[in-house]
Amino acid sequence: MAKTLTLLLMDPPFESANTTTAFRLIDAALRKGHTVNVFAYEGAVNLTMKGQQAHPNPAHGKTVEEEQHPLTRDIVSGLFTSGGGDRLRWINCGLCVDERGAGDWVDGPRRGGPGDFWKWVTESDQTLVIPCR
Amino acid sequence: MAKKVVSIVDTAYRATLEEQDDTVVWFNHMLRQSGAEVTLLLTGNAVNYAVRGQQPPALSFGTAAIGFPPRLDQDLLKAVQAGVKLALVRDDAEMRGIPASALLPEVEQISRAQLADFLNGFDMVWHW
Repeated sequence: MAKTLTLLLMDPPFESANTTTAFRLIDAALRKGHTVNVFAYEGAVNLTMKGQQAHPNPAHGKTVEEEQHPLTRDIVSGLFTSGGGDRLRWINCGLCVDERGAGDWVDGPRRGGPGDFWKWVTESDQTLVIPCR
Repeated sequence: MAKKVVSIVDTAYRATLEEQDDTVVWFNHMLRQSGAEVTLLLTGNAVNYAVRGQQPPALSFGTAAIGFPPRLDQDLLKAVQAGVKLALVRDDAEMRGIPASALLPEVEQISRAQLADFLNGFDMVWHW
């Protein structure tokens, strides 16, 4: 039976393996037909920023095209695609967005606050908080 | 059905100067205002939040300033006044040389040996 999972993420992109782990959890849940709510808190609001740019890697000796540097905005977009747009819901904490100037994000997420997170918690089968350290 | 939540605040002073508060304490205070039945459990270095009468100084950086540094003990009291329950692990305070008399009287002090039973009283445990 399909279930609903709520995740709170706090790490900014490119800083912690927590983010990759969270993406893997979201992907696995969506592939199994579950619904996933993601509340991006603090630095995690930067995961969806549209302005992210891939870069070359001199240590690898690769150009930007060859390196195919993964961007978290593209991963989030990919998750929205696999979730069909309706089984993945993503809220960026509005105050966290404002203090970071992170308001320009990819299609899919919306702005919200702690009250939205709590509503999700009450409606979900399970909630997982993944804070930064 | 109402879900009882305990938020374990274990990572302390996470950008508290920039944020002018602890973002986990703040978040749980806001959840309470949305109707959540929430308890804050301070562990590790975060037990220091419950020391009474903290007077952090203002900071300046060139011409920029943080004029209102966080008053974490006061923020905890405001959360308690909003209905958040507050507890800490006594062993962690003792290990840091913080006497019980220095702590907010509003905080329930539990021993590490009591922790498992304490956590059993909640539907959800969030470890921040």
